[in-house]
Amino acid sequence: MSKVTRHTLANGMTILLKEVHSAPLIAWVVLYRVGSRNERTGQTGISHWVEHMMFKGTERFPASVLDKAIDRLGGQWNAYTSMDHTSYFEVLPADKVNLALELEADRMVNATFDPEEVESERTVIISERGMSENHPMFWLDEEMEAAAFRVHGYHHQIIGDMTDLETMTREDLYNHYRQHYVPANAVGVAVGAFDSAEMLEKIRQHYENIPMRTMPETFSRQEPPQNGERRVEVLRPSNNSFVAVGYRVPQATHEDWFPLLVMDSILTGPGGGIGNKTSRMYQALVVNELASQVYGYIYPSVDPYLYNTTMVVRDGQSPQSCLDAYDAVIAEVVENGFTEAELDKARKQARAAHAYGTERVSEQAFELARAEHFASYTWAEEFPERIQAVTLEQINSVAKRYLRRSNRTVGFLIPQTEEVSA
Amino acid sequence: MTSIIQALPSEQNITRVALANGIVVLAYEKPDVQSVVVSGNLAAGGIYTTPAQHGLANLTSEALLRGTQHQDFDTYHARLEMAGADLDLNAGRFGVSIDGKALAEDLPFLLEMLADAVRYPAFLPEQFSRLRGELVTSLQYAEQDTRSRAKRAFYEALYPADHAYHYNTSGTLNSVAALTVEEAAAFHQNVYGPQGMTLVIVGNINAQHAIEAVRAHFADWRNDAQPARMQVPAAPAVVAPRRVHVALEGKTLSDVMLGFVGPSRYADDFQAATLANSVLGQFGMMGRIGDVVREQKGYAYYSYSSIEGGHGPGAWSAAAGVDPENVEETINDIVSEFRRIAEEPVTDEELADVKSYYTGNLPLQLESSEGIASTILRMESYQLGLDYLLGYADRINSLTPYQLQKAVQHYIQPDLAVVSVAGAPA
Repeated sequence: MSKVTRHTLANGMTILLKEVHSAPLIAWVVLYRVGSRNERTGQTGISHWVEHMMFKGTERFPASVLDKAIDRLGGQWNAYTSMDHTSYFEVLPADKVNLALELEADRMVNATFDPEEVESERTVIISERGMSENHPMFWLDEEMEAAAFRVHGYHHQIIGDMTDLETMTREDLYNHYRQHYVPANAVGVAVGAFDSAEMLEKIRQHYENIPMRTMPETFSRQEPPQNGERRVEVLRPSNNSFVAVGYRVPQATHEDWFPLLVMDSILTGPGGGIGNKTSRMYQALVVNELASQVYGYIYPSVDPYLYNTTMVVRDGQSPQSCLDAYDAVIAEVVENGFTEAELDKARKQARAAHAYGTERVSEQAFELARAEHFASYTWAEEFPERIQAVTLEQINSVAKRYLRRSNRTVGFLIPQTEEVSA
Repeated sequence: MTSIIQALPSEQNITRVALANGIVVLAYEKPDVQSVVVSGNLAAGGIYTTPAQHGLANLTSEALLRGTQHQDFDTYHARLEMAGADLDLNAGRFGVSIDGKALAEDLPFLLEMLADAVRYPAFLPEQFSRLRGELVTSLQYAEQDTRSRAKRAFYEALYPADHAYHYNTSGTLNSVAALTVEEAAAFHQNVYGPQGMTLVIVGNINAQHAIEAVRAHFADWRNDAQPARMQVPAAPAVVAPRRVHVALEGKTLSDVMLGFVGPSRYADDFQAATLANSVLGQFGMMGRIGDVVREQKGYAYYSYSSIEGGHGPGAWSAAAGVDPENVEETINDIVSEFRRIAEEPVTDEELADVKSYYTGNLPLQLESSEGIASTILRMESYQLGLDYLLGYADRINSLTPYQLQKAVQHYIQPDLAVVSVAGAPA
């Protein structure tokens, strides 16, 4: 496998290059080190809204041109905003990559933020939030994170609070853009069928002349320790009940993160398109007909976040019965630990999931960019080895230390009845 | 620098073998990956059930993975998961799709597990009852989902109750709750078999070894009870516009679905219709419809059109998620765009754009094993020929604005649109 090379342009922009010649394609990702965790009250959702405005064009590439330019070449492009960063990407036939380099360089500094476009996009984003609100679980997730994080920016949803979406101004958005979209705050990653020296030269041509600007002061507030279990209950029109449990866990760079990832794989399954029917929670909840689904995840976050598990309560069962069964599993693993067989399974599954999840150049580029943001690209490169190195002692230890009631938030979504709403 | 630029999948590099029992196997070697993908179809979809058994094909396909005559549920999934492999069987209208993946060295194991599931399911009552309960819970969720409800109402309004497309394959709360393990076992016994089965294997494999592995597990499969391949009747013409509203409490957004009976994948004008649809609701930021509804008016996060294609007369439809206040205007805007593309030929620039997209997008489509497998499966299922991709660009580039307009006019009568809306009570 080809090695990644890292370069720093004169204006501070970080560049990662990885040659992959399995298909005549190149993925180009530009990640900005700003996400919803950096948003102040009154401006929640601003990172995501700015991301939308980046598709509204520049003088050189007006929206109507930009929309069609990539499609015309048979390419793919999009962007997403996470809690920790905002990423833009293009995947193009290898001989067409110049367009991606050019348009991302252009919109790093020249996005217009036309006032009429801002207003038009306000309703699109409110509509996007409405789309999420149509799903009962969105309301539970929103309340869970609000309860779990009183101070830190993980408190609010990436889409933002409705009141902020209704009141933010064009100036708010433009200031956010000008503050955070600077070369030294960006990571550019190319993965695909290119020669690294030639690719670096092309990147220099497009990006090195972008003026160096002051690195932004990122807004971030540390969450104080949690003193006791927190509970939320959400009442919404719904045919189903849901239970969510979130334990505070450390950030991706912490030594406990990989053992926690393996622990989650054993408890709720490995994800990545691999089944979870032999996981501890599936056996306790779904096989015992308390829940129809159970899934969990641990996210490689910049700051300490949550290890989340969600249960869809089976028809005729109660949220409390699901939580009781969940707690019994937690008590068992804290008391008696996991087995070598479970660890072996998790390792093999991680190897397979990594093989499935890194086949496309875009997937590799995203992983490298994200890892470079919170640690170093080597975090992504070493991922399979780090998983294989996790020991039974480590996962038993993290289970004991993190799966404590005083360290968690528990949420129920209860179907709203007429009596409750009256 | 090393370069493994792939040639397009074609007769030159796809190994195709038809087994004596009717199973068609296609294998494609992709040495740059560590894994293998197995995709395929069994002729056992919803069309083989009666309306009274609505949801039976889906329930049966999922029941196949709940334990076999050789391995109970726990053993089966412990083996699968221990290998980091995955296998799904899902019934659609016509077929049961097979989606498996594993590390490349585990291909024989994956095929063994697939054969055990589709040939020797146990249908234990306890497992069946548990699965049915899970599906009922997911149907309860779908009952509250505006997108799902709008789609269901749209198909029920577009196709009459005696047409296969009137029903979705998941069934309804009532129909699924009433299904029995005996019905599932009988459906399996009478419908599942090698005739009409296709398997596509793509990954870091040796094609001949892969085909031998399929032979080892499937060559002796017979089922004399298997029915002849089902044909879908044409859908009767819609003679008056129809409108349905599904009222759901507590919803912020309303989902709109609007459309017409469209072409099957076999239709001569399918490709022309597909390009016209790209202009209408796909290209760039969701085509003309996206331009009006999202970009100009800011009404919707998503607003696009699509052609279902497939083996029968699927829908040609548009969908949007909008504030209830903007539902009427959105419907009018979408109908106007259907009318415009029926009345005026697309511009030369628009046609050049979508041709360029369709021909230029092949490398992306074929980047992954899954992408290659689904492309090969499509070529086999719709009898397009294994050299289909070699002539693909020529076929696309030969289309004219007039052909696109004729295709639109063949299927679209803007005044007879079927419309469904699911959201807050009107």
